[in-house]
Amino acid sequence: MEIAHHPPTATGLDNRKLGFWTFIGSETLFFGSLISTYMVYKGAAVTGPYPHEVLNIPVTSVSTFVLLTSSLAMVLALNAVQRGSRAGTLTWLLATAIGGLIFLGFQAYEFTTFVHEGLTIQTNVFGSAFYVLTGFHGAHVSVGVLWLLTLAALTAMGKIGREDSLKVEIAGLYWHFVDVVWIVIFTLIYLIP
Amino acid sequence: MADAIASERGPQRAHAEGHGAAALYTDPGGLWATIRGWITTVDHKRIGIMYASAALFFLLVGGLEALLIRVQLAVPENDFIGAETYNQLFTMHGTTMIFLVAMPLAVAFFNYIVPLQIGARDVAFPRLNALSFWVFLFGGLFLNSSWLFGAAPNTSWVGYANLTSVQYSPGLNVDFWVIGLSIVGISSLIGAINFITTIINLRAPGLTLMRMPLFTWMTFVTSWILATAIPVIAVALIFLAADRFFATNFFVPGAGGDPVLWQHLFWIFGHPEVYILILPSFGIISEVVPTFSRKPLFGYPIVVYAGILIGFIGWGVWSHHMFTTGLGPIADSFFVASTMIIAIPTGVKIFNWLATMWGGALRFTTAMLFAIGLVAIFTIGGLSGIMHASAPVDLQQHDSYFVVAHFHYTIVGGAVTGLFAGFYYWYPKVTGRLMSETLGKWHFWTFIVGFNLTFFPQHFVGLFGMPRRVFTYPAELGLGGWNMASTIGAFIFGVSTLIFVWNLIRSARRGTPAAANPWDAPTLEWSVPSPPPHYNFAEIPEVESRDPLWKGAAAGPDRAVATGGDEPHMPSPSAWPILTALGISLTWILLMARIWWVPLIGLAVTAVCVYSWAFQPAFRAES
Repeated sequence: MEIAHHPPTATGLDNRKLGFWTFIGSETLFFGSLISTYMVYKGAAVTGPYPHEVLNIPVTSVSTFVLLTSSLAMVLALNAVQRGSRAGTLTWLLATAIGGLIFLGFQAYEFTTFVHEGLTIQTNVFGSAFYVLTGFHGAHVSVGVLWLLTLAALTAMGKIGREDSLKVEIAGLYWHFVDVVWIVIFTLIYLIP
Repeated sequence: MADAIASERGPQRAHAEGHGAAALYTDPGGLWATIRGWITTVDHKRIGIMYASAALFFLLVGGLEALLIRVQLAVPENDFIGAETYNQLFTMHGTTMIFLVAMPLAVAFFNYIVPLQIGARDVAFPRLNALSFWVFLFGGLFLNSSWLFGAAPNTSWVGYANLTSVQYSPGLNVDFWVIGLSIVGISSLIGAINFITTIINLRAPGLTLMRMPLFTWMTFVTSWILATAIPVIAVALIFLAADRFFATNFFVPGAGGDPVLWQHLFWIFGHPEVYILILPSFGIISEVVPTFSRKPLFGYPIVVYAGILIGFIGWGVWSHHMFTTGLGPIADSFFVASTMIIAIPTGVKIFNWLATMWGGALRFTTAMLFAIGLVAIFTIGGLSGIMHASAPVDLQQHDSYFVVAHFHYTIVGGAVTGLFAGFYYWYPKVTGRLMSETLGKWHFWTFIVGFNLTFFPQHFVGLFGMPRRVFTYPAELGLGGWNMASTIGAFIFGVSTLIFVWNLIRSARRGTPAAANPWDAPTLEWSVPSPPPHYNFAEIPEVESRDPLWKGAAAGPDRAVATGGDEPHMPSPSAWPILTALGISLTWILLMARIWWVPLIGLAVTAVCVYSWAFQPAFRAES
């Protein structure tokens, strides 16, 4: 009966994995459009605050480091589930989620600081483009954290074993993608003056 | 059950076996059970039928809007409807016909036909498929509910900034538009991902890419265009929604925002959208023409490559919609060149269809007539397209009725004509009965007369200087006669559409019963009974050629109907897709409250539904 549920596919790839890769392809266009708009608008603001007045490279470097390191934890979580190590899976899934939460904490701090410095989503086009872009990225990280915590809970209950490693792998694809997007955002928005 | 296998050739036998349309499309337990069955269905065939039904409903709505527009324009200085109503009518006519009629009708065929053509039992993600449909339906209904508030969108289907800003459009009209389109877009994206996965992964053994039927190929290309173009319009709509609901400055010139950014984002989606509309119909007639010419498609690989090329180049032509924006000579030259280049693969296809018919044993069924109609009418639309591919010419024709004539020749003469061909061609597969050929020919000829009488004069009207999107015109312009001709044509076109709808309804009960392969067509969907059992193929076929039913081991309808206990196990129905669709729609609709946390209610509903969905097994024991 199990064979009837999952007949072999034409490529040998699992449907879920292939579908998810397609979704990621689509997401690149989504973030591509958001990032392009930011690049067009970053110098277009007619009133301050301007990007160089508020963007804090040292602080964001720390949160970037945490987020990118969480990708390592994600790889280790996948490795653990493939080895069948429940404790390892749980540990690394939680570590990844905590990395994401720290990143979100930094983002909350950054947004609050900017608002105190007079930059809201309504202040100027830089503010609009910045908050919508990083806000959507943050929303993606939040979804990822919920996803990872759900997988961690299932692992703790013993419902994710070696045969379910694909579930962790797909969550990992998502997590790495969200990280890669952040590398682009960090480079283009923060590092390039 | 050798009998069941043999029975495939005779319609009466198929019905005697209990596989008639009535048995397939109702559920045991009465009306309520049937309604519940459809609401919770994950069967690609039922979802396809629902897509087609909803789209045909919207077709009648959009058609009525068109007729009201034409009555207003029939004579100069008419006061039948005022300017405000006129603005709402042409905006909703365009938005409805593109997003709620042409696209979902194509998706209806994707749904019903593609799994059958590739020898699969369903799509890759049956529940996501249901979600896709319900999100589309809710988005479409929400968009049209604006009529009830007297606040239908009124800024045209392209919704140019900054006319759509709160400052210039303070009412609810644009709110309905931006929210409705966002919801419908989500549906298209989910569907695209589903069909890409389905076509790559669920092909029957031996069905290599270069053996795939052309309709499946064009579905594949269209799905890629959707998967890449929808996120761009999504971003544009998010900016517009943010401007309207959260007072951001994306399209506020005073704050440094650039309204031209909207045009770029919109057309980066909007031009690929044109190919999203036309390629499925190119696919359909690439099935119909060979079948009724009794010849394999001429130059199959070239037709495939041309389709892929159109998909790629379609991404590099968007600014030909913006020549009047003033992008400068370098940008204009680039887009002139790319636009002329894209005509080449399109023209190649025209010649392939002609060469397929050349020397064939032609049968002029209604499906074939519509396919030939596409080749003829679309070519006229293509030629006028080449004219305003040239920037200087476009500067004269932009925003005139010439452009209206052009795109109706491509979208109605191309996309819709192909979809009509698809209806006549595949109707017997879906219902087990043929559509009436007599009514079909009435439909075809009234369509040809009505369509051309409506839109051909508009070329002249446009060249004589009548601008589009204006609710009336002075008598001194001297265009009353041409416009009256257009209006008469529109009513003939309307009658023709009613004949079509009547044919659809009537033939479901009174049409001639159809065998598994009534047209002697070559592709796999014709190897299963009409209508197909809910699992499609009892045994997955093996494919050895491009025309498996014309040659090779799989020739002839030979896919056995499973007997009682041996039926393949199919995914179970689920209520979560429709509930999730409600949650997604609610999230967007609640933006209209203009309180930042209210949409979070919809988001919470969506989250609950998504979790319930994820923990519900796709296959459950029958209760």
